Amino acid sequence: MSEGQVTFSVNARAVSPEVAPDTPLLWVLREQLGLTGTKFGCGAAQCGACTVLVNGEPRRSCVTPVSAVTAQSVMTIEGAQSGEDAPVAKALYEAWVAYGVPQCGYCQSGMLMAALALLKSNATPDDAELDQAFSGHICRCGSYQRLRAAVHSAADALRAADGVTNSGAAVGPR
Amino acid sequence: LLFGWSVLPPRQRLFGSNLPDAPENAVVLNGYVAIAPNDTVTVFVPKAEMGQGVHTAIAMLLAEELDCAWSQVHVEHSPVDRIYANLTVARDAVPLHPDDDAQLLSAVGWFSDKIMREVGVMITGGSTSVRDLWDPVRDAGAMARATLVQTAAARWDVSPDSCSVLDGVITSGNRSMRFGELVQGVAELTPARRYSRKSPEAYRLIGRATPRLESAAKSDGSATFGIDVRVDNMLYAAIAMAPVFGGSVRSLNASAVKVLPGVAAVVPVRALNGSPHGVAVVASGWHTAQQCLAKLELVWDDGPNVSLSSDAIRQQLLAQAATPGGRSFRNTGSVSDALAAASTSLSVMYDVPYLAHTTMEPPNCTVRVNADGADVWVGSQVPTQARSAVASILGLDEARVTVHVQLLGGGFGRRLDIDFIAQAAQIARAVPGRAVQLIWSRADDVQHDFYRPACAVAIAGALDDSGNVLAIRASSASQSIVGAYGARNGMAAAKFDVHKATVEGMFDQPYAIPSFAVSHHVVELPVPIGYWRSVGHSHQAFFLESFIDELAHAAGQDPMALRRQLLAHHPRALRVLELVAERSQWGTEPSVARDGARVARGVALHRSFGSIVAQVADVSLSPARDVRVHRVTCVVDCGLAINPDGVAQQMESGIVYGLSAALYGEITIANGRVTQRNYDTYKALRLQESPVVETHIVPSLDAPAGVGEIGLPPIAPAVANALFTLTGERLRQLPLRMSAASEVR
Repeated sequence: MSEGQVTFSVNARAVSPEVAPDTPLLWVLREQLGLTGTKFGCGAAQCGACTVLVNGEPRRSCVTPVSAVTAQSVMTIEGAQSGEDAPVAKALYEAWVAYGVPQCGYCQSGMLMAALALLKSNATPDDAELDQAFSGHICRCGSYQRLRAAVHSAADALRAADGVTNSGAAVGPR
Repeated sequence: LLFGWSVLPPRQRLFGSNLPDAPENAVVLNGYVAIAPNDTVTVFVPKAEMGQGVHTAIAMLLAEELDCAWSQVHVEHSPVDRIYANLTVARDAVPLHPDDDAQLLSAVGWFSDKIMREVGVMITGGSTSVRDLWDPVRDAGAMARATLVQTAAARWDVSPDSCSVLDGVITSGNRSMRFGELVQGVAELTPARRYSRKSPEAYRLIGRATPRLESAAKSDGSATFGIDVRVDNMLYAAIAMAPVFGGSVRSLNASAVKVLPGVAAVVPVRALNGSPHGVAVVASGWHTAQQCLAKLELVWDDGPNVSLSSDAIRQQLLAQAATPGGRSFRNTGSVSDALAAASTSLSVMYDVPYLAHTTMEPPNCTVRVNADGADVWVGSQVPTQARSAVASILGLDEARVTVHVQLLGGGFGRRLDIDFIAQAAQIARAVPGRAVQLIWSRADDVQHDFYRPACAVAIAGALDDSGNVLAIRASSASQSIVGAYGARNGMAAAKFDVHKATVEGMFDQPYAIPSFAVSHHVVELPVPIGYWRSVGHSHQAFFLESFIDELAHAAGQDPMALRRQLLAHHPRALRVLELVAERSQWGTEPSVARDGARVARGVALHRSFGSIVAQVADVSLSPARDVRVHRVTCVVDCGLAINPDGVAQQMESGIVYGLSAALYGEITIANGRVTQRNYDTYKALRLQESPVVETHIVPSLDAPAGVGEIGLPPIAPAVANALFTLTGERLRQLPLRMSAASEVR
């Protein structure tokens, strides 16, 4: 397909890269826009490493043609802590560090974007809801139990900040 | 000459041929540390950070001896130099028993250390990093501290003995100075001649749970992996590789692709360092390059292996394992007599399949070839080998090749190989002056890995009337990992194949077995194989720990009780076992699963990389007979745990990686090519399948032992042993699949 301009917003900034419209959003973000926080893992929506938010919903950028986000609003890990969801993103970031979630860290941008989408739509997810929200994600290092504890902890911290009683996470920070 | 060399003092490990480049205004004190006027302490770490937490652990060793504040510490990759050579990998390869041959092992180790200092190979692998740097990095920290103290004392005209150091501040009487002030305006400092390491009672950092240094960068998207390297004016490459092992390119239509928009070059890629033959497309973007591969009209010559299948290989390995002979790794007592005379004997076969690594970050490498040399940006476990290979391909002096080591998005042994680096060098040569980033697709990765070899074992055991274990005989068969790795990387010594890599985990365990014979047959096959997390332990632990369980049930004994008996002479292993029994509440009935399914426990204990780990797995079956692991109690004795939180993370990691293999992992081969292509066909454990892991670290002041791989070996047998308790069905093959007839009893 020949190249053309596709206009959309990334992290609240309007962009119009010159690109073939069938190019997956992932490669536009990484190569044209210099946003390398979003990772290539499988190219087939099987591992979740490339997850970004499109209009607030988690989307696998490796199988999303850039033309599909024309005039839409894309959020990547780089913009999460300064965007409209900054309080949630910051709570997640702090929990990720406190619980020592990342090992190699390669999958974590995708995990964090999925966590952000989850907590925006559900302030008090239970374990089964976490299982569901992360069922499309893979971490080969096995950060899962810390990830689970960190999401619960971030949810608790956000509710505490809202003045709601803190229910306490299942496992404390290490 | 050899004698003369052997009596020379060993090559020192603190000062290389060049000091590392100093960060701005900083003073480099030795090959491991620099201090800047703003008080930043830069630690140069010669090991790759691939998730195992090594940057943090090594920085802790240095900061402990330097007495700086932890908040001052910043890590950078060390340059390539002989002082950073890994000595421990060679020591670890010696096929001797760690208890019975301890003295001989120590003598051989002294000599191999000397050789490895000369060879100068930098390797991150074999769970050696902390062991390898335990002495030199503490020395580097202690020397740096003494150097700073000596300088301060001279300026104040006081005795160095009057000085104390805390959190990066030197004090003598009422005078004090920060490290940063001391190096202000100074180009270099005369290294202290005398320095000493702390005794463990004085540790303030070592042994304390310490957050990973790069956690923040890995939680906000700013961490830079090899694939994230960006160089001005760079290009991207995708590659098509011969799908059948040993195949080559018969024909292609490059001219039609070369003229497509965005395409910069079409480059034939020769098979080097174990990679297949292939063709790369270089383009302005990776997606374009990848799309163009399909337009090359590639026709492959499939070569001689087109009828190869993993089913046939499995039969061949089983037959070979059941054949007498092979190389002996242990032969004590009289196994044949014991088996003949035993009141109960058991003779069975086990086997495991090929496995892929599937690091989350696919293989990738960026190379730029200029008139005066080359730069390589890569996440690699072997930077010195990467440099040699690139230099050789480009016909350059090694000194003109610079390797910039990046964070690794997973290693697990995959990045011990340099196949993709050799490809990137060949591709970049076609577009001189421009950096090219080669990225493999996930299918490339799954289909062109260096797999954990498939392995089979024939194992027999004998019990007396009272249920005591009299003898075990194990004969295994697989390809040779060291032989294959050495052959593809030009290491002549590897062909002697005295290495223990495929047999470790069987002959070297702490159990007291009166008659014990272990042998291994090397089978030549055209499947590319390599190092996979925990290497031989990954399958031998499954064989031995499942079989010990079989013997316990045959003897009518509790599996924990039989192990206790076999470890009665080995206090260190016994302590690990006793602790896992206690913490897992062994001997009590586990609560049922949330859906009411019965839960059973299985135990396994294993020694690897100098550490001992025991695990108890709580397991149930879903209504569809899927294996569910709810909880794993993990007890580890890894000597002194530098960073207990890092150790706990690695236990969780080894268990999840090992469970992926135990429950799903299988690379199959049909018509000479790998069947699997991506995570849908080569499954990995996900959040909803992952157990709760409870790690308990045995307190110890012994020298630190390996950590990165040791959590993996016991998990498959622990789960298989639990499944036997649950159903009465003994699974002797991985991945673990319940038969259609199996019922929870």
